[in-house]
Amino acid sequence: MKIFVCIKQVPDTETKIKVAADGASIDSTSVKWVMNPYDEYAVEEAVKLREANAGAQVFVMTVGPKKRAGEVLRTAIAMGADEGVLIDSPENIEPFVTAQALAAAIKTEGGASLILTGKLAIDDNASSVGQMVAELLGIPHSTVVSKIQYTAEHITAERDIEGGAKEISQMTNPALIGANKGLNMPRYASLPGIMKAKKKVLKELDLAGLGVAAAGKTKVLSLELPADKPPAKLLQGDSSAQSAELVKLLRDEAKVL
Amino acid sequence: MAKILVFVEHSNGKIKRSAFELLTAAKKSGATVTSVAVGAGSDTLSAELSKYGSSECLFVKSADFNLYNPELFTGALADVIKKTGANIVLASASGLGKDLFPRVAARLGAGIISDATELSINGEDVVVKKPVYSGKAFAKMGFEPSAIKIVLMRANQLPIAEAAGSTQSTEFSPSQVGLKTLIKEVVKGTSEKLDLTEANIIVSGGRGLKDAANFKLVTDLADVLGATAGASRAIVDAGWVSHGMQVGQTGKTVAPSLYIAIGISGAIQHLAGMSGSKVIVAINNDPNAPIFQKATYGIVGDAFEVVPKLIEEFKKVLHH
Ligand SMILES: Cc1cc2nc3c(=O)[nH]c(=O)nc-3n(C[C@H](O)[C@H](O)[C@H](O)COP(=O)(O)OP(=O)(O)OC[C@H]3O[C@@H](n4cnc5c(N)ncnc54)[C@H](O)[C@@H]3O)c2cc1C
Repeated sequence: MKIFVCIKQVPDTETKIKVAADGASIDSTSVKWVMNPYDEYAVEEAVKLREANAGAQVFVMTVGPKKRAGEVLRTAIAMGADEGVLIDSPENIEPFVTAQALAAAIKTEGGASLILTGKLAIDDNASSVGQMVAELLGIPHSTVVSKIQYTAEHITAERDIEGGAKEISQMTNPALIGANKGLNMPRYASLPGIMKAKKKVLKELDLAGLGVAAAGKTKVLSLELPADKPPAKLLQGDSSAQSAELVKLLRDEAKVL
Repeated sequence: MAKILVFVEHSNGKIKRSAFELLTAAKKSGATVTSVAVGAGSDTLSAELSKYGSSECLFVKSADFNLYNPELFTGALADVIKKTGANIVLASASGLGKDLFPRVAARLGAGIISDATELSINGEDVVVKKPVYSGKAFAKMGFEPSAIKIVLMRANQLPIAEAAGSTQSTEFSPSQVGLKTLIKEVVKGTSEKLDLTEANIIVSGGRGLKDAANFKLVTDLADVLGATAGASRAIVDAGWVSHGMQVGQTGKTVAPSLYIAIGISGAIQHLAGMSGSKVIVAINNDPNAPIFQKATYGIVGDAFEVVPKLIEEFKKVLHH
């Protein structure tokens, strides 16, 4: 059993975002890079499946600039993944380019029994790569998944949808799963895991070698920071006065009632 | 001349507001606008859609389409886009839209931008704005001119306006292929309320409520306002409420007209999910809580005192 986990390195949520000189990307000089939070659930689920299935192997893959992106693979290996594949790319390529590279690399590596990703990456917020990889490989997918059950032939997935409802689907293997929060509790890397990850030799590929063009169908024209909000209007008096004033403002000033 | 296809979401024939928003934006651009809808009731929609400028509604009535199956829907939508020759496709950035359309885009080699909050269509040129980096920046994005352009819009972002259309309704039978996905069942959620992602008013509670039982303050206020209740991750993780109610980076992204945060500190991960709300009210006993930096109106006070008073005041103005 060969499990591929596609993960992405993203700026830590706490990082202050600054616009770069080109006006269309972020200034990455002081960015702290971390694993996309949803990808942690994907890695954890893969490692759990490996532990439950003797002989299984977990390959983590990422598409990103070689000078930084290997780190996220080492984080996943420290959590228990076996092998890392780094696909070098320019910064800020679009999801479809990433998906083409991942699909080509999974084929190059001999195909998957199961593919896991996070349900979305918190940087470009596109929630697209997983479904695109599944399409390019001609396999079924389910995203926003908070529970799976894997057997030799099928995978059953519970997908979270609006109103707290769940869609339960059964897919013929291999399939792609996009992990949601709730799928599991990602483990912390162990000390031996961290030591192993440091020494691990990553397999390196690049877009050109996989026959994928870096140019996409969409482009970022500009990046803007949100305008500063005026300070909140703080309501005065006791709780009765505050409440009455708030209701009046919501009705007459903000006009949202 | 642009040909725009709008994917209409509905449940058993009840059309979601987001579809009217998309039709309005499409029609305003001067393009020919075609609607497509699938599943039970999809054959009954054309009259209502025509009021917002739709010139034809293509529908797929087959019972196979009553439940969402990604593979089945991908084939159908790719077929419809090819058949209509649409070069712009608009759909909602709903759970279904965000799951389905990236796969459709990959099949057609189309460009796709999801989670847009602003949309401008000028002839065949489409420019959108979307939040990136957890809402800490906005990207203005465009497409390669020759590409089929797919935009997934967040709900409640665009105005609705009636416009002349036509009630033509045409059945469409997509080509069926061998499916590797079987939808076994849909387990209903417990809430009858609008989902957080579609709600116009949201009342959310956090750890400041001290105890699971006190979340009733939030649901009581939500009931008075006809609002949907939400939560911070702290109380989801504590097991007070279900994960479906979590707002934030690892929960739902919401953009209501009014968001009321009660006993929520305003951590960056929470703000990531709700800072797009039009009006934000914060009720918190700590004047230095970061939520006040994002709030439109703030009440520095004890939630246990303020919220019952607020419920009384709202009752006075809302139910005469
Ligand atoms: C990777 C990651 C992802 C995350 N994703 C999310 C997410 O999606 N959503 C999310 O919400 N969080 C998320 N978090 C957690 C986030 O960092 C905060 O821990 C969380 O939002 C805090 O919840 P809270 O505001 O309810 O609790 P607290 O931060 O404990 O705040 C409680 C507030 O209540 C106030 N209070 C106390 N008593 C009263 C009273 N009597 N009356 C009025 N106010 C009172 C306090 O002053 C305080 O401001 C994430 C964290 C990480 C690391």
